[in-house]
Amino acid sequence: MFINFFFDLKQASLPVSLKEYLMLMEAMNKRVVDSFNVNDFYYLSRSALVKDERYLDKFDRVFGHSFKGLENSEGETEKEIPEEWLKLMGQKYLTDEEKKMVESLGGWDKLMETLKQRLEEQKKRHQGGSKWIGTGGTSPFGAYGYNPEGIRIGQKESRSKKAVKVWDKREFSNLDGDVELGTRNIKVALRRLRKFAREGVETELDLDNTIKSTAHKGYIDVKMMPERRNKIKVLLFFDVGGSMDAHVKICEELFSAARTEFKHMEYFYYHNCLYDAVWKDNKRRYNENIKTWDLLHKYPSDYKVIFVGDAEMSPYEITYPGGSVEFWNEESGETWLTRLLNIYENAIWLNPIPERYWDRISSASIIKQIFSDRMFPLTIEGIDQAMRELNK
Amino acid sequence: MKFEGTSSYIATEDLKVAVNAAITLERPIIVKGEPGTGKTMLAHEVAQSLGAEIITWHIKSTTKAQQGLYEYDAVTRLRDSQLGDEKVKDIKNYISKGKLWNAFESNKRPVLLIDEIDKADIEFPNDLLLELDKMEFFVYETGETIKAENRPIVIITSNNEKELPDAFLRRCFFHYIKFPDPDTMEEIVNVHYPEIKKDLIQEAFKIFYDIREVPGIKKKPSTSELIDWLKLLMTDDVDAKILREKDPKKLIPPLHGALLKNEQDVHLFERLAFISRRENENLE
Repeated sequence: MFINFFFDLKQASLPVSLKEYLMLMEAMNKRVVDSFNVNDFYYLSRSALVKDERYLDKFDRVFGHSFKGLENSEGETEKEIPEEWLKLMGQKYLTDEEKKMVESLGGWDKLMETLKQRLEEQKKRHQGGSKWIGTGGTSPFGAYGYNPEGIRIGQKESRSKKAVKVWDKREFSNLDGDVELGTRNIKVALRRLRKFAREGVETELDLDNTIKSTAHKGYIDVKMMPERRNKIKVLLFFDVGGSMDAHVKICEELFSAARTEFKHMEYFYYHNCLYDAVWKDNKRRYNENIKTWDLLHKYPSDYKVIFVGDAEMSPYEITYPGGSVEFWNEESGETWLTRLLNIYENAIWLNPIPERYWDRISSASIIKQIFSDRMFPLTIEGIDQAMRELNK
Repeated sequence: MKFEGTSSYIATEDLKVAVNAAITLERPIIVKGEPGTGKTMLAHEVAQSLGAEIITWHIKSTTKAQQGLYEYDAVTRLRDSQLGDEKVKDIKNYISKGKLWNAFESNKRPVLLIDEIDKADIEFPNDLLLELDKMEFFVYETGETIKAENRPIVIITSNNEKELPDAFLRRCFFHYIKFPDPDTMEEIVNVHYPEIKKDLIQEAFKIFYDIREVPGIKKKPSTSELIDWLKLLMTDDVDAKILREKDPKKLIPPLHGALLKNEQDVHLFERLAFISRRENENLE
């Protein structure tokens, strides 16, 4: 059973190794925990096998899957609403009249559909912290006149008091690599992009060199060297306005993370595609723009380039002169992008739209092609891969 | 040897399991978590509860792995040799022991805390790989091997500033201290201030968890900040009623400086308070 669990973890692409598995076995052998207590085993295996909080949620899911039915617990996992249970509850609490009303609303399936949707909304709104504005708090069930005591879905309090399995609570779900980012997570991902070098003023004692030189010359000869610094230099381009409005939050987060992470970072805004000018302040974009040519001349080719945008536009906006929706561009967006890519060897495109939709958006495919496939989704995993790519 | 939490430290069940696994298997444990969730405290508490000596090694960005083992003071020796000092004949006089050496030498099993390992260079953990695995190292200058008589309980904390190498992680147990839920938090507060008034805690908690949920807040207040704030509330003898104050003009909690440590956060909070006040007025 444990071997299967181990392979399940591997299959879910959790980075577990044999060494860790053996460590777990050793711990079981030495009776670190009471081996008949599933909770303890869960804690122990988690501590031995997972080494990064990003994987905790995945681990919880696999654990729940592998050891399903090991412990008596009512209902399904938290992730899905136990439909059967709801039906039973509904039948128990509803009068015949109400049942008819339910039927008139489109029957159970329809109702479940609505319910799920409601629940989804409720969750999202709650995470958005609407608490402060004072909305939220309407029970998804209230509208239908169910007995709220009996069901209570999506309410945190009742959930934690039920006999829910620990791993099914999925407390770490927001640390998962595939889900939305917070700045701290982004920073961790951006940290991949580091290159330390000694440059600049010599402020540190170079002991090895001093000793060598002293031995060589016969008197104390102090040698100095510059401090180690991250010498990565980054140009960030943000798409603003239009379809990007939906992604403002995530872009802000990326921006603030990048700003603390990279000492040498320059950022610019563009709309939809790169043309002959970019700007640094959205309020004054028409008065104070920066010519793309100036930019290409100013920043040397060792800068790494990161484009952030949904690449969602009409294909003409990329491929044809005059295609821009905002002004007459003498040269096509493609020309400008290729020009830039010819200078900066390390360039990537981060796209806030989930990867599976890219193929369906022709402009995204075109940009991906221009960037020779170096387009990554704006998730932790995506940034992670993107930074590896930039490091090459 | 088993760690069960102490009277001054609330350890959750999963934390206890992880720590005990590390103690039994004599392997290091890495503790991560939001700042202020008691990562460093853990080592001290483990030492206290096991009655072991604690050896702390604070890591800085300039710390080298070698410094934890020993340092050879070549410059002093060179100077002594020019002055013709007798000491110079024995190289041992110029070797100063590091924290790891101290821990290995200890004749009772000590707790070794390697604090904030992520502050050091990326290669730092790799340089300690063998030393922590085998619990021994070789001193080139004197040709002796230092081997741990009692393998110390190694507790490593990390703030996630750098990723740790896989090979290093594989040899350790791992625990992520998640932010305590209100129940655990109440236990924690009770441990610190047993005499605190019940209603004060309740109101303070509400404000505290509300602040943590404010969208866009830069630095979420943590456990240690809550503890500080409660202390201030107690010394100022703030009444629970004031915290319950629904008067929108006083939406900023008293002594908020202990919770909001960032100018922008205070501004944000004031702005939100302003908005909610306006909404309330509209409702009336």
